[in-house]
Amino acid sequence: MLAYTLRRFLALIPVLAGVSVIVFLFLHLIPGDPAEAMLGDRATAENAARLRTAYGLDQPWSVQYALYMGKVLQGDLGRSVRSSNPVSAELAQRFPATAELALAAMLLAIGIGVPAGIISATRRGSAFDHGSMVLALAGVSMPIFWLGLMLAWFFGVQLKWLPFSARLDTGTRYVPLTGLLVIDSIVRGDWGLLVQTVRHLALPAIALSTVPMAIIARMTRGAMLEVLQLDFVRTAHAKGLRDFSVIARHALKNAMLPVVTVIGLQVGALLSGAILTETIFSWPGIGRWIYESIQFRDYPVVQSMTLFVAAIVVVTNLLVDLSYAALDPRVRYR
Amino acid sequence: MLLFLLLALVAPFIAPYGADQQALADRLKAPSAAHWFGTDDLGRDVLSRVMIGSRISLRVGVLAVVLALLSGSLLGLVAGYLGGWTDSLFMRLMDVVLAFPPTLLAIGIVAMRGPSLDMALVAIGIVSIPVYARLARSQALSLKEREFVTAARCLGATAPRIVGAHVLPNALSPLIVQATLGIATAIIEAAALGFLGLGAQPPTPEWGLMLTNARAFIINAPWAMVFPGAAIMVTTLAFNLMGDGLRDALDPRARA
Repeated sequence: MLAYTLRRFLALIPVLAGVSVIVFLFLHLIPGDPAEAMLGDRATAENAARLRTAYGLDQPWSVQYALYMGKVLQGDLGRSVRSSNPVSAELAQRFPATAELALAAMLLAIGIGVPAGIISATRRGSAFDHGSMVLALAGVSMPIFWLGLMLAWFFGVQLKWLPFSARLDTGTRYVPLTGLLVIDSIVRGDWGLLVQTVRHLALPAIALSTVPMAIIARMTRGAMLEVLQLDFVRTAHAKGLRDFSVIARHALKNAMLPVVTVIGLQVGALLSGAILTETIFSWPGIGRWIYESIQFRDYPVVQSMTLFVAAIVVVTNLLVDLSYAALDPRVRYR
Repeated sequence: MLLFLLLALVAPFIAPYGADQQALADRLKAPSAAHWFGTDDLGRDVLSRVMIGSRISLRVGVLAVVLALLSGSLLGLVAGYLGGWTDSLFMRLMDVVLAFPPTLLAIGIVAMRGPSLDMALVAIGIVSIPVYARLARSQALSLKEREFVTAARCLGATAPRIVGAHVLPNALSPLIVQATLGIATAIIEAAALGFLGLGAQPPTPEWGLMLTNARAFIINAPWAMVFPGAAIMVTTLAFNLMGDGLRDALDPRARA
């Protein structure tokens, strides 16, 4: 297992290097002079020259890349042109909001998608199967920004059941501990804060979870249908095991590999979906930050956040690969 | 889906009003006999804009997929057929692109190059290339071992001829299925870019952009947001259904 893990880690290096080159080239995609583009109305010859020097834009590309990577490897993601703050500091401040939203959406997606897929597969052809698969198809066809707006309108504006903006009510005092409000409120035993947090989290998390939920449900159904036809399932039935036991202890375990893969793949979709969801629900995470940075032509932030999200995706893929080896020992010897 | 294609073709002739025809006296009017989908903040007819907008979404969806399909298939077929370092180089490059969530990479490219509908189209095309490249490669890898390819090689056919005349036609089915599903994804991505202000620019009646404008009037005029979004969803659903149907028809093994 150790050799396998090491091999997978080493395979990560060229991919991350490639990712860093693409993200580095981002600034060079800007038509004209990147320094002037970033400064916009404030672009004077003097300011532009200063910015060019600060970002090393006056150096050859190879030197620029070496400088860039040198900084990135030390955790220096540059400075925001808009706020002048280090990107890494703002990232640390904003990431918990996105992490909490993405985790909540993922929990919803798995918590509903996996059981729905299992029930559909075991009751193939039933009304539940047809109904849930129609819903799943609608889910993958749903533009989440539209769903977000509709949820905000229906539950927020019409019914006034749930708030549809920000993480907390205006004026609520909160000193971050982990930055994850659900965890913080539980740790501090502040149940009022917990209820408020969950109420604010509900609509954006539902909007963000829809597409992954639909994909997970479809994949779970497909994988379960395949496994349920195999001989060992028939043997388990023939032994007289109860249906629940056959499904939970035998079939599900073997159907998990493709489901885990597709769950892993949803991490990237959740993080890019967060740009849309956070924009709609004024959620103070990195998604909304990327959106605002695009509006203000704060290119270093867009560049760094793309790198950050891609790195998370690459690491998640590695974890998924490693979980294969844990779920199925045959994988290690390939 | 044919209905959508037809609608997109004839939209400018049958739309009750012009896409940019303003009537400030009729702004934010609820759906009525005169305006079936209501009007927006500038008094423009939402139905007409949704109808004419279908041309934009379909154009972007189809062209982005054509771009990705052509480049991805070429890369994948060449990589799979030639093998060796060409294969390694092309596929590692695809792995790197796949490390980015497609929507995020498209947002990044358009944010840097400057927002426009054409740039959005190109960006969506670029980020979709790896899907087709991988699919075409896997087809080429299995097809190149088949007898008819060996026979063509023995007859002295050149590599480009073998790939073009023998491998490609046999690799087409899964590529077409993927392309149909890809159009659905591309339409949603184009609308997402439009929604973020990175695609079509005002006053273009693009569905995503219409949603952004309608967002400001969510309390007074929800209809301005309901119909463009529903149009995105129904169109995407149609392409997804057709893709699923094609997959079942062309590859019975994939039928669950």
